[in-house]
Amino acid sequence: MTEPVKIKRPEFRNLNLFSDVRTYRMPPAAIVSILHRASGVLMLALLPFIIWMFDTSLSSEYSFARFTAVFAGQGVFPGWFIKLVALALIWAFLHHLGAGMRHLVLDVTHRTTKEFGRSSAIATFVFSLVLTALLGAKLFGLY
Amino acid sequence: MAATYGYKRTVVGAHYGWRDFVVQRITAVLIALFTLLLLVKVLFIQGPIGYDSWAGIFAPQWMKALTFSVIVALIWHAWVGVCSILYDYAKPAGFRLFLQSLSAVWLVSCGGWAIQVLWRL
Repeated sequence: MTEPVKIKRPEFRNLNLFSDVRTYRMPPAAIVSILHRASGVLMLALLPFIIWMFDTSLSSEYSFARFTAVFAGQGVFPGWFIKLVALALIWAFLHHLGAGMRHLVLDVTHRTTKEFGRSSAIATFVFSLVLTALLGAKLFGLY
Repeated sequence: MAATYGYKRTVVGAHYGWRDFVVQRITAVLIALFTLLLLVKVLFIQGPIGYDSWAGIFAPQWMKALTFSVIVALIWHAWVGVCSILYDYAKPAGFRLFLQSLSAVWLVSCGGWAIQVLWRL
């Protein structure tokens, strides 16, 4: 009597952050989706910094001067670090905006095919990354 | 899956997330349109952006009122978003309730600060 050949296949029941996430190949749509969440959490965590920028840039001319001076360095943080945090927020906003518009397009058109999921995900990345690169270059004074 | 019909149905509210779904999209569109408006206004500033031209954008009363709505929309949007993330990852329910309370305090505090900044301009 022959035993049926049992091929051992990886099973993903409950994803383990340390062993599975590294080896699990996510399609572009999944990467857009998880980054939609991650960018939202990042903006939530840095909300006081965003409102601080809103506050100091608007309250008075003195505070406006303090706002611009921060990007040259503040305390233990060098200027490039604060610019990098601002750039991370710019990316988070643009990715969140792009992924949100993708959601709205899917809601309105019901184009729930695999191909459109992929192409719209790539379009989201092009939108957010190109604009982030442009604004980042401006922020760091490249043009 | 718990039954959503009959005498054994789980009785938890009446709209099963419909309001969150709609609110999330309406607030998102409002924030996106506001971003576009702000972008256009900044791009139309002539010369280097100084304090006067930047603060001038928020000077008209209609802009203040609109910004107020956008702050409320942003806080509401963030609340729905953070709740849906916590529903997925934060377990058990008591821990989730704790994190939700923390998020609520965080968001209301930030919203209050932003509104204070806006209203004293």
